[in-house]
Amino acid sequence: MLRRFHHTQPESFAFSEENRKWAEAQITKYPEGRQASAIIPLLWRAQEQEGWLTKPATEYVADFLGMAHIRAYEVATFYFMFQLRPVGTTAHIQVCGTTSCMICGAEDLVEVCKERIAEKPHQVSPCGRFSWEEVECLGACANAPMVQIGKDYYEDLSRASFETLLNDLQDNKKPLPGSRKGRFSSEPESGIKSLSEMARQKDEFSPAVSLAQSEGAS
Amino acid sequence: MLADKDRIFTNLYGMDDCTLAGAKKRGHWDGTADLIKKGQDWIITQVKESGLRGRGGAGFPTGLKWSFMPKNSDGRPHYLVVNADESEPGTCKDREIMRHDPHTLIEGCLIAGFAMRSNVGYIYIRGEYIREKELLQAAIDEAYADGLLGKNACNSGWDFDLYLHHGAGAYICGEETALLESLEGKKGMPRMKPPFPAGSGLYGCPTTVNNVESIAVVPTILRRGATWFSSFGRENNTGTKIFAISGHVNSPCVVEESMSITLRELIDKHCDGVRGGWDNLKAVIPGGASVPLLPKALCDDAIMDFDWLRDHQSGLGTAAVIVMDQSTDVVKAIWRLSKFYKHESCGQCTPCREGAGWMMRVMERFVSGEADIEEIDTLLRITKQVEGHTICALGDAAAWPVQGLIRHFRHEIEEKIIREKVPA
Repeated sequence: MLRRFHHTQPESFAFSEENRKWAEAQITKYPEGRQASAIIPLLWRAQEQEGWLTKPATEYVADFLGMAHIRAYEVATFYFMFQLRPVGTTAHIQVCGTTSCMICGAEDLVEVCKERIAEKPHQVSPCGRFSWEEVECLGACANAPMVQIGKDYYEDLSRASFETLLNDLQDNKKPLPGSRKGRFSSEPESGIKSLSEMARQKDEFSPAVSLAQSEGAS
Repeated sequence: MLADKDRIFTNLYGMDDCTLAGAKKRGHWDGTADLIKKGQDWIITQVKESGLRGRGGAGFPTGLKWSFMPKNSDGRPHYLVVNADESEPGTCKDREIMRHDPHTLIEGCLIAGFAMRSNVGYIYIRGEYIREKELLQAAIDEAYADGLLGKNACNSGWDFDLYLHHGAGAYICGEETALLESLEGKKGMPRMKPPFPAGSGLYGCPTTVNNVESIAVVPTILRRGATWFSSFGRENNTGTKIFAISGHVNSPCVVEESMSITLRELIDKHCDGVRGGWDNLKAVIPGGASVPLLPKALCDDAIMDFDWLRDHQSGLGTAAVIVMDQSTDVVKAIWRLSKFYKHESCGQCTPCREGAGWMMRVMERFVSGEADIEEIDTLLRITKQVEGHTICALGDAAAWPVQGLIRHFRHEIEEKIIREKVPA
């Protein structure tokens, strides 16, 4: 698949003070002289800062790690999580479309995206707030179909619950991630059949959902 | 059904306390230093005797893999690398370990690291698992704060540092040498072997790459004994295993069960059966996208382990069970996998780069029926030209699902083609 930097690029990029410190700490994970190892985490942090991965950001990270620019371009274009063009400012919706999700209704979710956001993937909606793409297996197959938005997985979706999710995002709400069928995590929907002695549900939400809650989702 | 007392991952669903304190209450990090003090040879012997085979897909004996690491250092450091790049379609088992029972993995890393004389370990988690990354990192931080990692880790006398590293959405990085390339900051393109990672892996140093589940089960095996672990499953297919069941069952779920459980028991006991009843079953992909599917006739007697599935021209893979009922367009289901492999081919080897796209395009026409009957054999021939002709197994993985489809559902492809040819 051909992946190129967007035709319009900002002038420059620099890590925020906080991100620069974080990046310097990341490099210490790897042996001396092997700082190139940190490129994916650093490019990812740059994308988090800007919303998408710009060419100046890629070059900045290359310089930060003492790498030739071409090596950083290679990484930026090879890995699909790097968004090489602007995405919706409110949400970029990644619909898992691989077989488990597909046979459980992912095509309906893609239809909804086409109707409500944009006809084509990676196209930003007219309001500029939303974009979508179909991605390959996100590894939440027992909770299919599902989408990823930002850090979070929204699982066990149907056309109706996905529409509700989009409505909430439209209204500037931060919906809680997790199952839309009331499951805690990946246990059977009809109730747990193993670990019934050991699993004593203490919290209302699973750890992953709690993390989102602590960041303001409700 | 496996009894709860014999489950290793007692917090698989995250309902109990996920912190270090909770893990200790459930019996993890118990006597870890004493296990380490028994020495490298003892640990490797125990893992060998338990019969543990790698849980990432290939099923290579874990203890044997560890024994390939050099016994004496030539000055180069040794590395343990944990493959947490769980991306095989259908697979969502390691995710549950990392977000809900992370201390099984962290304790396993320390023990495995010691066994292979490594002072540093890297866990490479797929980039999409952002919450899992945050939860696992929090658990690693807890372990450091408690002295379980770092200098004289867990008072074992062994220094061990554990770092979490993430990818950015490339299935190919689940291939061990592609993972190492990626961890070195490059495109994830598999390396030629030999040299094998045990001789020259990460940064050119002796390295062993293991799946999350393979590492996370080791502390419990050592505590409860190799014979306990090997008492589950058939010979050469021992232990407990996390299964992930998705698709057309009434209650999809992730569950730890005994190896060699029958497919039917797995689906009926844990997933409330196939949607519409067992007779409504059409086919099952028993081990993640890469393995050929089984039609219902074979599912009736299927045993979920490495050898039975291999003997029936499929595989256990990652034990990710994708269930398809009679309503499924099975040709389309497999076409979607072809699309996946076309998307994920790294492009290094011509047979895979070109072949995967070729297979996808022919499959696309089979879905609509706009093809000729002879093309079925042409496609089969192409899969044979891809299989075995690439550096890594992605080419094979792209070929096998298509071969399985033609083997068991040729009639469906033919019906589609004939229906398209006859004017309505």
